[in-house]
Order: sequence, then structure tokens, then C-alpha cells
Amino acid sequence: MLILKLRHAAKRRLSGKQDTAIIGVVASGNLEVLLERVLPGADCEIEIATPVTGYDETWKAVIDEFVERFSPGGLRISINDGGARPDTVFLRLMQGCALMEKV
Amino acid sequence: MENAAINAQAGWFQATARQRIAGLLDSNSFTEFMGPSERVQSPHLHLFDLPSAFDDGVVIGRGKLDGRDVLIAAQEGQFMGGTFAEVSGAKIVGLMRAARDHKELPQTVLLLLDSGGVRLQEANAGELVVAELMRAIVEARSAGVAVIALVGGKAGAFGGAGLTAATCSRIVVSEQGRIGVSGPEVIETNKGVEEFDAANKALVWSVDGGKNRRLIGGADAFAQDSIEGFRAATTALLAKVPAFDLKTMHAEQARLASRQEKFGACDDAISMWRKLDIKDPEAIRDMAGKDFATLANTIKEANHDAR
Repeated sequence: MLILKLRHAAKRRLSGKQDTAIIGVVASGNLEVLLERVLPGADCEIEIATPVTGYDETWKAVIDEFVERFSPGGLRISINDGGARPDTVFLRLMQGCALMEKV
Repeated sequence: MENAAINAQAGWFQATARQRIAGLLDSNSFTEFMGPSERVQSPHLHLFDLPSAFDDGVVIGRGKLDGRDVLIAAQEGQFMGGTFAEVSGAKIVGLMRAARDHKELPQTVLLLLDSGGVRLQEANAGELVVAELMRAIVEARSAGVAVIALVGGKAGAFGGAGLTAATCSRIVVSEQGRIGVSGPEVIETNKGVEEFDAANKALVWSVDGGKNRRLIGGADAFAQDSIEGFRAATTALLAKVPAFDLKTMHAEQARLASRQEKFGACDDAISMWRKLDIKDPEAIRDMAGKDFATLANTIKEANHDAR
């Protein structure tokens, strides 16, 4: 199992009132994303557990783009991956943010 | 714990465990126990280099169904086939024992089964937990708890999930829901293709599928394959839960004996439906859900006081 831990300083804290959200299922080509509003300021931590090795740079590129576009400051994001494609990963991250932004 | 919004018309078959709970229960009434943030995960899967799920594929908690307090457990059929394992099983057993022991908790448990049985990577723990769950259900029912199984997911209810369903007070099934102990491939592997041709989907679905289970008394209500459909069927069934006493046990024994006698020589579903005096048994397969539900309500074997 490959564990990737990424840290980012987002531009701002993510808005919304939800403390926690979960989206997706660990299944073939899918993943689950757990979002928790537990970090100070605009910090963002992302931990990925995946059985598929060799895609570190792809994960980093997807997460970089996600942080740049959605500014998920204050979130710890934990991912259990079932071999999802990058577009599915991005979709789940967006869905997760949308859930957290609810008031 | 929020989840993606889901339309009540959405299919039960395709929905996730969390979507089913969110749509089945009254809106915003669900409180999860041991949610994903607690990370109560499988201690075994990483040894096989397999990914874990934060909830180990089972969601438990309490909420309201049509204003009535219920406990609820849902298996996630898409994660490892919804299988019974050390953690996923213990969560359901714990919920059932809590209902048994604490009268202040809701005395109705909804069990959203979606499982191929025991998780092979944790087989010993899984087998044990199925035995513990069946015992816990029987003890809870003896203590006055109503346990309702809902079956309509992709994994069906096979192996330990089929056994578990058989111990419940009442069973709700959709056309897509399949209930059995040995799955079609298992039967074919062990007894040969003449016994059961697992590649013949029409045969498999007619025997294991929800319509046959409903007609021969293996399920007590037929739900449309939508979250709303399961909500309506389950709500209606709550008023018809039998007491778990000697009278019900005798009735169940008599029901099963007469079923064996009636259908024992049948080799497919249509010949069983003919024995039920259904005028056009060939038409059952393509019959619309609402018409089928109405027909099933007129069949004596399907509407018993036992279980």
C-alpha cells in the first residue's frame, strides 16, 4: 500500500459550516474521500492510501490543481483509493468540497 | 455526516449505503454511530495490500422512518462485496445487542443487506460474526425488537447475508434483490451445470430474484427499485411484524414443511408459480412492479403470519 502525504498552504479557508463529509466508495475505479475541518488557517493536508504504485507525480499534479482552484484551507483530506482515474479523483474532491461548503 | 444529495426516485440497486440511508429515513433524522472520522477500519486488509474503507463498508446509527424511531445498519455492497468481516460484522452485531439490551433505544432495527457473504480475507472472523449476528437477531426478537431486512442491492443477500435475512422478523425485497445461501456459481461448481446453470441469467434471476422470493413466502413485501419504493414498503410492513413466540415458531415450521412438500419436485421458478395457481406464470417475469405487488398480495403462501 502506497501512502502519500501532501501538505499545502491554500489561498484561504474553505467556506461553509460542515465539520466533516464523506463521498465515494472504495471500489474498482472509485475512491472514498473523507474531509475534516480540523486544521488552523489555510493549511491543507492530504493523505492518500492506494494499492496502485507508480503514480505519485499524477496524484501530486491532481492535488496541486485542486488546491489551486478550490482553496480547501483548514481541511484534512483522507483518501482510500480503489484505483480511480485522475478525473474521478478530481470529481470526488470537488463533490467533497461542495458538501463541506453547505451552511 | 453529509453525503451527496439523492433523489427519492433514484434506484436502490445503484445507490450507495449512505445514499440509501439518507433517502430511506426522514430527512436529516440520521445520526451515525462510529462514523468514518473514527476510522474503525479492518485490521487485516492492508496485509493483503488491499485498500480499507473508513467505515469498513458498514454504516450504523439511528433515525426516524415516517416519524418512528429506528436503528439502522447498511452494508456497502460496492466495497469488498458488502462482506461480513471482523469490523463490519461487529458493528451490526453491536447495534443488534444494543437494541436487545436497552429498551430506551428504538426497538425496530432496519438491516439494509447488500452482501455476498463472508469476506474471504477475514474468513474466520467473518464466519464467527455471522453466527453471532444470527444469535443476536434471535435474542433481540425474543426481547421484543422488530428486525426488518431490506434486500435490493447489487451484491444481493448471499451466504451469511442470506442466513441473516432468514432470521429477521420481516423481509422487504425488490425485483433486483436476490436472496440465497449458496450463490449460483457455488452451486454450479459443486453440483454441476445440470443442477444450476449460473450463466443462464434468466434462470438465476427467476429462482434467486425478488419476485420468486416474494411469491413463495421468502419475502414479505415487494418494493419498487427506488429509495422511495423501499421507504413505502418498509413503512407499511412495520405494522405487520409478528410476535416472536411459540405460536410464530410453530407457524414457521409448518410453513416451511408445506413449502418443501409443495415445491420439492419443481426444477425451476415457473413450475413453482404454476403450483401457486397463478394463471399465467410465464407472464410473471415481465410483469410491471406495481401489478406484481398486487398479485403477490393475493397469494396465500406469500402472505403468512409466520417467520
